[in-house]
This record gives sequence, C-alpha cells and structure tokens, in this order.
Amino acid sequence: MSADAIVEVKEVGKTYDGGVEALTGVSLGLPRGRLSTLLGPSGCGKTTLLKIIAGLIPPSSGEVWVKGKKVDGPGPERAFVFQDFALLPWANVLRNVAFGLELRGTPKEQRFEVARKQIAEVGLSSFESSYPHQLSGGMRQRVGLARALAVDADIILMDEPFSSVDEQTRRKFQEELLELLRHKQKTVIFVTHSIEEAAYLSDQIVLLSPRPGTVSKIIHPNIDRGGRDPDEIRRDKNYLDVVDEIWQILKQYI
Amino acid sequence: MEQRSRIASPVVWQLLSFALFFGLWEVAGRWPISFAFPPFSKTFMALLRMIADGSLPKAYLSTLQPLVIGIFLCSIAGIGFGIGMGLSRAIEWFSLPIFIVLQAAPMAAMIPLITYMYGIGLTSKVLAVVVLAAPVIVMNSYKGIRNTNPSLIQMCRVFLGTRRQEVIKIILPHAAALIFAGLRLGLAMGFIGIVIAELLITPTGIGDLITYHSSVADYPEMFAAIASIIVLAALTIHALERLERKLFPPEIRGS
Ligand SMILES: Nc1ncnc2c1ncn2[C@@H]1O[C@H](COP(=O)(O)OP(=O)(O)OP(=O)(O)O)[C@@H](O)[C@H]1O
Ligand SMILES: [Mg+2]
Repeated sequence: MSADAIVEVKEVGKTYDGGVEALTGVSLGLPRGRLSTLLGPSGCGKTTLLKIIAGLIPPSSGEVWVKGKKVDGPGPERAFVFQDFALLPWANVLRNVAFGLELRGTPKEQRFEVARKQIAEVGLSSFESSYPHQLSGGMRQRVGLARALAVDADIILMDEPFSSVDEQTRRKFQEELLELLRHKQKTVIFVTHSIEEAAYLSDQIVLLSPRPGTVSKIIHPNIDRGGRDPDEIRRDKNYLDVVDEIWQILKQYI
Repeated sequence: MEQRSRIASPVVWQLLSFALFFGLWEVAGRWPISFAFPPFSKTFMALLRMIADGSLPKAYLSTLQPLVIGIFLCSIAGIGFGIGMGLSRAIEWFSLPIFIVLQAAPMAAMIPLITYMYGIGLTSKVLAVVVLAAPVIVMNSYKGIRNTNPSLIQMCRVFLGTRRQEVIKIILPHAAALIFAGLRLGLAMGFIGIVIAELLITPTGIGDLITYHSSVADYPEMFAAIASIIVLAALTIHALERLERKLFPPEIRGS
C-alpha cells in the first residue's frame, strides 16, 4: 500500500441482510490529492464500497481507515456526490448548496457566502434561486458537486456522477473536474461504468471483479495531462493502452 | 394559450355542466312519478326560505361544532400519532395492524355503539367524527413519513446531520404534502360522520332539519337541507384541494 494513502481499505467484506455477498476481502489504498476510480461490472459492489468508505453502511468484516483514524460513521473530511443528486426539492439552489453547512450550524450569512462562491465555480450563478425541478440533470449534478465542495472536505466520494448527462456535457464536466483537482488538492474517489472516463480522469484505476467484488487489478495510468488539450490526451499512446488494458480484463466478465 | 381560447375556458364548461345538471333535475322533478322528489326551482326557493327564517343557519351552527372539534382533535392527536408510527419501529409494530384494519373497516357501523356508550350528547357526535376521520389522517401521516426518499436521508447523514435535523429538515417537509392531503380526506370523512351521527344519534342540526321536514312531508325543504350539506362539503373539500396544490406544488413535493 502506498505510503501516503489518505484512505486505506483493509480486507473489507460486506454481506447484506438478505444474504447477498457484495464484497469480499477488498484491500486498497487511495493516494492523497489524487483521483481514483472504481470500475467494474454492474452489481459488483462499487456503490457498496463507496458507501462503506463514506461511513454510511458498516462493513461486515475488515475496516476502513481515513487519515489514520478508523471509520465508524460519516466524518467532516468526507463528502459525497450522489448518483441521483439527492437535492431537497423544496429548497432552491442556494440553500441546497449551503445545506451541508446548515447542518453544521454555520450562520446563515456565512454559509450563503461560501455557497455563492461554490455556485459560481460550477457555473450556476444565475440559478441561485432556482429549484431543482427547474434545472437539467447536468445542472443538478453541479449543485450536488457544489454542495460537496462547500463543506471543504479533503475527500470527495462520487457515485457515477456523470451517468445521467449527455456525452458533450460529460466531457465538459470531466474537464472541469480535472481543473478543480489541480487547484484544490482534493482526493477524489469516483465510481464509473465508462472505461474512457476512467482512463481519462484517473491517477489510479481499481478494477473490481463480479460479485462478490474483489480487487482484480489496480492500474496507474501514466498519462501526461499537463497543459495539453483534451483531444490530444485522447490520442495519447498511454491513454489508448490503458483503455485497451482495462477492456481486456473487463471482457472476461461479460 | 391560443388553442385554449378557441375551445372556451374550463370555467364556461363547468358552468354549462351545472346548468345541465340543474335543468335535468328540474325536468325530473316535474315528471309525475313521485311528488316526494321536488324540482330544482322549488328546492331552491325552499332553501332561500330556510335561510331567511334562520332555521338553516341555526342548524349549521350546531352541526359544525362537533365537526370542527372532531377534526381539530384528529389533526393534533392523529397527525402526532401517525408521525410517531413513522418514526418509531415500536409504535409502528403495535399500532399499524390496528390502523390498517380501521382504515378498511366500515367505521360507520361503530356509531350506534358510540351512542350506546356515550349517550346522545356532543361527546358522541365528536367521537363519530373522530372515528371516521382518524384512520385516514393517521395513515397518511405515517405513509408520508415512511415514504421519505432514502437517498435524502443518506445525504443528511453523510453531511453530518443529527437524527433531530434529519426529522426536522428532511422527513417532515417531505411528509407535509401527504399529511395535508390526509387532513382533507379526513374532513370529507368527518362530514359523513357528522351527518350519520345527526340522523342516527341525536336529531339536531342539519340532521334534524332533514328528519323533521321529511316527517311532515315538506319535501322541498328536506331536499334543500340535503343539498346544502352536500354543496358545503364539496366546496370545502375543493377549496382545501386548491390550497394544497398552492402550498405543495407537485414539482417541489419531492417523491
Ligand atoms: N441494501 C441492500 N440490500 C441487499 N442487497 C443489496 C443492497 N444494496 C445492494 N445490494 C446488492 O449488492 C450487490 C452490489 O450492489 P452495488 O449497488 O454496490 O453494486 P454496483 O457495483 O454499484 O452496481 P451498479 O454498477 O449497477 O451501480 C448487488 O447484487 C445488489 O443487489
Ligand atoms: Mg452503483
């Protein structure tokens, strides 16, 4: 396990109440300030693993350590971006983005100030007083991301955040996400179904086998992203090799 | 918008529908089948007479009293209990079966029993309202709490919300629309309860007007009394429905 792993997953297994074994013996380290992806066939336990790291569900065996402390519930250093957005339908964008701070008891003026800044960063400034139902799927996801950024957690857990947006929006998001990481030094753990997305974004790709999920391979794409435009990266030999390598492994699971 | 104006507005249609209904009533009432069925015009005149001589307003004063008290009690105890059932497994465990039975059972059959136990006073009438209205109010509150989007609850927990915040900021706002709908349905049941109570238990208020005028064969008056309670109930429920749509538009209800 790498020395500066901010999250360490040790021999984690999860069997749900009904007897479904979702994960077994999963061990991995997630490096600080990097983007790691969880990739694997549907039902292999990606969401389960993410929620165990978030402290939302307890593992049946093994343990998770975050910043040198054993996880026994959610914590301020972890924030979550939900696949179905999980926005309050009766609250406008501003309150939704500030909601994490509201729960922590931050005074109104202060939390709205932080929220406005985050809303601007995800490009939704003119929608502060809109309600979720007035926004497109992509815009809702940005609200979810802004809410996670507003609490200033070191670790951001994202469950298929781009699965409900079209390809153009998705690519734009990916750019924005990389930009964000460069600036904020966040550790991101990202669940996706897309091999291209994983290869394009990640510093580390964790491939999970079908249920019960175990780590089948960890790949560290060595793609030079510095200052290059996206299309150039997508033609990069390393990038194409990684995509192919992942495909060769996932192919066996179909 | 343009298309709508060409087919005439919904209000015009509604008025037409009423006109047709009253017209048919008029014709049916003049048909020489039964003189116990008065035409619309005679019924309407009787209604005006009963308003003028004060007998109708007086009847409503005594009818609405137990209704208002009963619904008030239900909205405090019933909603409270429904919320308790939704939040606590223990309360749910021992009371859910009872309320499922109560909701399906023809509760009107309980009314003679209530008279037997509590006599013919105000208490009995209030109880008649409560017995009919409470199950739907309790069940709606319970379902409102239970149907909270689990993803929102996880969101609240992951952002370090306490259980108290979870209830106040997520679960209750989420349930508010269903709870309100429960009150509206409860009120509709309450109207049924109070009319049955006044016909079966104590001849007072509107029930007394109906019984009395039918016994002396004043059929227009009897029909006017019946029609007035139907119209009052329908208008009240309709107004509540509109208020509900205004307070909780479907898009912000969150389900
Ligand atoms: N609450 C639960 N109770 C019982 N079984 C569950 C529960 N949640 C998930 N499972 C089961 O655990 C397994 C893993 O589920 P999980 O949602 O973690 O998979 P996933 O990798 O995220 O899948 P997908 O790619 O489709 O999102 C599945 O077989 C699922 O049916
Ligand atoms: Mg999943």
